[in-house]
Amino acid sequence: MTMFQLEFMQRALIAGLLTGLSAPAIGTYLVQRRLSLMGDGIGHIAITGVALGLLTGSAPVLTAIIVSIAGATAIELVRARGKATGDVALALLFYGGIAGGVLLIGLAGQGAATLNTYLFGSLTTVSQSDLYVVVGLAVAVLVVAIGLGPQLFAVCQDEEFARTTGLRVQLLNLVIAVMAAVTVTVAMRTVGLLLVSALMVVPVATAQQVTRSFRSTFITACVIGVLACLAGIVTSYNANVAPGATIVVLALAGFVVAATVGTLLRRRAGRARPLADEEPEVGVPAPEPHVVSAGHPHAHNPACGHKKVEHGDHVDYVHDGHLHAAHGDHWDEH
Amino acid sequence: MTSENDSARAVQVDDLSVDLGGRLVLRGIDLRIRQGEVVAVLGTNGSGKSTLIKTVVGLLPAARGEVRLFGTPVPRFREWRRVGYVPQRITAAGGVPATVYEVVSSGLLSKRRMFAPLGAAGKQAIEDALEVVDMADRRKDAVAELSGGQQQRVLIARALVSDPELLILDEPTAGVDLASQQIFADAVRERVTRGTTVVMVSHDLGPMDALIDRSVVMRRGRVVYDGPPHASQTHAHVHHSHTDDDPGWLTS
Repeated sequence: MTMFQLEFMQRALIAGLLTGLSAPAIGTYLVQRRLSLMGDGIGHIAITGVALGLLTGSAPVLTAIIVSIAGATAIELVRARGKATGDVALALLFYGGIAGGVLLIGLAGQGAATLNTYLFGSLTTVSQSDLYVVVGLAVAVLVVAIGLGPQLFAVCQDEEFARTTGLRVQLLNLVIAVMAAVTVTVAMRTVGLLLVSALMVVPVATAQQVTRSFRSTFITACVIGVLACLAGIVTSYNANVAPGATIVVLALAGFVVAATVGTLLRRRAGRARPLADEEPEVGVPAPEPHVVSAGHPHAHNPACGHKKVEHGDHVDYVHDGHLHAAHGDHWDEH
Repeated sequence: MTSENDSARAVQVDDLSVDLGGRLVLRGIDLRIRQGEVVAVLGTNGSGKSTLIKTVVGLLPAARGEVRLFGTPVPRFREWRRVGYVPQRITAAGGVPATVYEVVSSGLLSKRRMFAPLGAAGKQAIEDALEVVDMADRRKDAVAELSGGQQQRVLIARALVSDPELLILDEPTAGVDLASQQIFADAVRERVTRGTTVVMVSHDLGPMDALIDRSVVMRRGRVVYDGPPHASQTHAHVHHSHTDDDPGWLTS
């Protein structure tokens, strides 16, 4: 019986495939907005959500998604209102999320083992109903990330300009935050809350080593995400190691390879095509080809008595402390 | 002039004051710009000219007074496709590479519906805009790899692509090489001949100088001169008092 016939492995691979697609999709927008760590912030908040679920006896996925959407919205509002910069807003939620989670887990009386399955992922325990939730959420994220691509691109690229095109920037920013929260919950079972952000950022960072356009970065990042997830799951099954960590390590290895290849490619391209001389040189006089010795009446010859100096393909004559060389009908200063 | 209705005015600013972090940056500005005018807003750094422009396009709220675009107060203005804005800062590059084509295409968003693909007309508009700023051959290059002047040209293409009736440029020539400035001026001239209203903020107009038919000089948040362009205004120097040749010139 191969591992692909095992039902839990099939579920794990489907969950991995969808995580690998949706995390880099939303991650591309986060990286473009220079909010790479937002996924981490939301992941920490989701810990509180999971703990809340365990405490109240409801499904942790459900409570996680509610709490992380609330947290992501809070980050966005704090940022947009200018109460704190993006990174400070994130930091506040990092601490609040993890402290709240640990506190609630303690109250629920559940041990570290339960929490661990959410912190570091637990693919093998993905149930049939979990899978439906994951599929539904991942498809929703992908539809928004691709369908609203041009709008989200504009907002992430240049928020002020986007506003002057009449886009509802605040709303679109919230859409990104909510999508990030949903993705975190989707990826929670695959790579775990602490490593979710890696799957959002690392494939994007890898892709942009070799891409030039936003579109190709987006597509390449999704392909890398899927490859890392599937390869990580298969490897972890065979080597009996944690899948989440395996996926992230593989993704990082991919980054190292791409960065090296990218550097080599750019270096080669740079050598082949030197920086284009884009500006016509206006007002810069052409460099003087040579300095003509002014009114030099004397014609040097091998027997004139001036000291001879070999200079490449011709002979210079030392004359009053400087060098003269024959050039047509006159003498150049050398 | 007085019988002119509101919609014939591209921009109407009434008694506008703007407050930035508790400091009054604009104080009681009144400005009317008719359609088809080419207006330069001049002044030294900190005179409030960029704040005025940002308030006109709705990026900053008015503390007092109001701004109307084509007769509609800015907070309720929805026809953003009629306005093309070129921001001052070079914000062409984000955290992820993006090509010249992609950045220019975002200028079409005021015309695009959500979830709708880019039509043939849109693609043609992007090609045309790239042609105008002489960047057609760089369309697949990442904007981050371009020089400052070229990035600025991409930003003007992004503003032109939606074929706006009102073009608002914030320091379009700051830090831009002479060749790019010339291309800029040509692109703007081409728009002007088609009747586009142009408002540009600058402290050095360069090749744009010849296009201007009115200049507004700001100083400490107030308009101190509004009238035909004046040779001595087109440079960034501090204005000394012109006691003999132009007595009403400094009124603040």
